[in-house]
Amino acid sequence: MTLLICVFAAIIATVKWYQRKDDSMMPGVPCVLFWGASLMWLGDAIFEYAELGTEYFAPAAEDMLNDAFLGLSVVALGLILWLVILLIKDPKDVVKASLRKKAASK
Amino acid sequence: MACFLVSAAEAVVVTAAAQITKNNEMKADSQKLAKKAAVETRQEKHLPWSKKLMILAQLLWGGAFLLCFEHIWHGEVVPWFPFLTAMNDPGDTAEMLHEMSTIGVTMAIIVTVTWAIMMFVTDRIMERPDTKPQKTAA
Repeated sequence: MTLLICVFAAIIATVKWYQRKDDSMMPGVPCVLFWGASLMWLGDAIFEYAELGTEYFAPAAEDMLNDAFLGLSVVALGLILWLVILLIKDPKDVVKASLRKKAASK
Repeated sequence: MACFLVSAAEAVVVTAAAQITKNNEMKADSQKLAKKAAVETRQEKHLPWSKKLMILAQLLWGGAFLLCFEHIWHGEVVPWFPFLTAMNDPGDTAEMLHEMSTIGVTMAIIVTVTWAIMMFVTDRIMERPDTKPQKTAA
């Protein structure tokens, strides 16, 4: 479930990257974050499938809920990280302009 | 248990390699400019190696970061020494090392192979002739 949620996040991020008008929102950051994690979880899933067989596709409801909760938390964390990188790099100088405006008004 | 550490270690090496390659490329470009030689090189039809390596580093760092969070979630990584709960017991440590050498290495290989395929396709795409007509200044 975590892998599935992360893959969906990666696909949405990639579609948004493809539709971008410019790079000012740094749409490549969530792409690499979610694809990197998805590929790594895929490795984990391969080993789990080798161990459990088809049972891997029939998880207990409680496990599925916990994994879904984890998946959503991972997506939230990834988006927060993207936002932090965006605000620090500030490609549109929005943060800088806002801070300068505040400094000038004092 | 700590499988993401393999990818994180690879990310460190790849990031360092990308920085070294970037410096070498900048040096080579400045030498060409100094000699007034045409800067148009094969690299312009391909992504520079430093950028290619940076994409791999970003994939590895991103994956390792989010997987580290998953390990914190499962209580396998803690914010105090020795940071990995499996380090407290020799049996768990052996299991952790086995997991790193199997799952961890597989994760790193999957990311690296995917990146290699991606870069191969990227190079082919960049070699394609433009399908859209070039805009001309009025």
